[in-house]
Amino acid sequence: MFRRLPDRQGDLVTFTFDGTPLTALMGDTVAAALLAAGVTRFRTTPVSGAERGPYCMMGVCFECLVSINGRGNRQACLTTVEEGMQVETQHGAATYSTEISA
Amino acid sequence: MTDRDVLVVGGGLLGASIAWGLARLGLRVVVLDEGDTAFRAARANFGLVWVQGKGLGKLEYSNWTQASAALWPSLSDELKRETGIDPGFSQPGGFSIRLTELELQRGVDAMNTLQGQPNIARYPYEILNHRETKARLPAIGPTVAGSIYSPLDGHANPLRLYRAFHAALHKMGAAYLPDHRVERISHQDGAFTVEGPWGTMSAGRIVLAAGIGNTRLAPMVGLNVPLVPSRGQIIVTEKTMPFLHHPVGNIRQVDEGGVIIGESKEATMDHHRPRTPVTAVLADRAMRMFPIIGELNVVRIWAAFRIITPDGFPIYEQSRTCRGAFAVACHSGVTLAANHAFTIAGHIAQGEIPASLSTFSSERFDVSAAA
Repeated sequence: MFRRLPDRQGDLVTFTFDGTPLTALMGDTVAAALLAAGVTRFRTTPVSGAERGPYCMMGVCFECLVSINGRGNRQACLTTVEEGMQVETQHGAATYSTEISA
Repeated sequence: MTDRDVLVVGGGLLGASIAWGLARLGLRVVVLDEGDTAFRAARANFGLVWVQGKGLGKLEYSNWTQASAALWPSLSDELKRETGIDPGFSQPGGFSIRLTELELQRGVDAMNTLQGQPNIARYPYEILNHRETKARLPAIGPTVAGSIYSPLDGHANPLRLYRAFHAALHKMGAAYLPDHRVERISHQDGAFTVEGPWGTMSAGRIVLAAGIGNTRLAPMVGLNVPLVPSRGQIIVTEKTMPFLHHPVGNIRQVDEGGVIIGESKEATMDHHRPRTPVTAVLADRAMRMFPIIGELNVVRIWAAFRIITPDGFPIYEQSRTCRGAFAVACHSGVTLAANHAFTIAGHIAQGEIPASLSTFSSERFDVSAAA
């Protein structure tokens, strides 16, 4: 769906998405790297389970939330991809380890 | 100048609330505002409608604050009815969380002194230890010493409140003019003429609600608004599940799920960017109060300047030399919004700030003549 512009060159970075190794250009955001790799489903909504992907690409819409290195609700469009980063689909709401007793 | 009665200089929360109050009394109002790069306290409002702890050293300020909190339900209802915008007001009671026994004792002492002032309208509050606080705020951390609770405290959504005031102003036909910085004000033959790069405009009355700009503008019409530098920082987290159902003095979870953190005061006007050491303290204290906050992603951090007079209390005053010119300056624009929209606007419409509010005149800052 997306093609890289021919004038962008640079070092490659390897990361994983749901365990699958992918490559990106150094300096890509996680969202750009995933879109360039053909990934459009980043998360499912907590309410209906509908699929979601990046919309605004500038930090406003919060549609591109993924889990990065085990932490949920990360904005893929605002996070620069790094070597060895483990990115995962976020299914529904993020989970927390802190218990809140009612 | 035949088609307007009053110029309001400043379109922030204070200017907008007074302008709306004047418009709903039938006055024809023009609001002159600066542009997007102006210093705006309105973009850093915490959103508390807060009573507890206020008025130490000036009981009238406690009574004034209590009066506004009592008027807030009417303000919220009227804005909702007029504009369809819900300012998100609720008054579930608020907590000041104390991390150490020393902090708790200081809070208790302050409340005792405050409520010991003669003629103060006393209001209920409770001192709660850790266990009692935990029973009402289950998300608190294990090291919290306790809290002070007052049922009068509440909060609102300041962005929607601001939007509602402006929508209501527009609906009433009041003019809002952005990018109309006022450079000069002159007073001649009972008319005030304001001037800027955009042109000039006149009216028989003028209200200075220009925040920090009031210091510069007030002397042009025989008024005085001394301010001291006070910078505050705010941290906003991502939206998350509801875990905090009461406002806390320095932390609240807004109705849309995000958490706002802010309690810093720096005596500086130096720069506009947040300073990391201050952000770190804010975050550390917030995480000790509510550990869940440590798991949330921060969405944004910013700083803004408060409108603080040398004693921290507001100024409401009419010029003695230029009748019809009023200055208003205050820090708690959300808490006091109901007073400003209803009470202060009413006084300005009547043309007189009553003696009961003379304690908020800027004359309290004048150096008295040597005996």
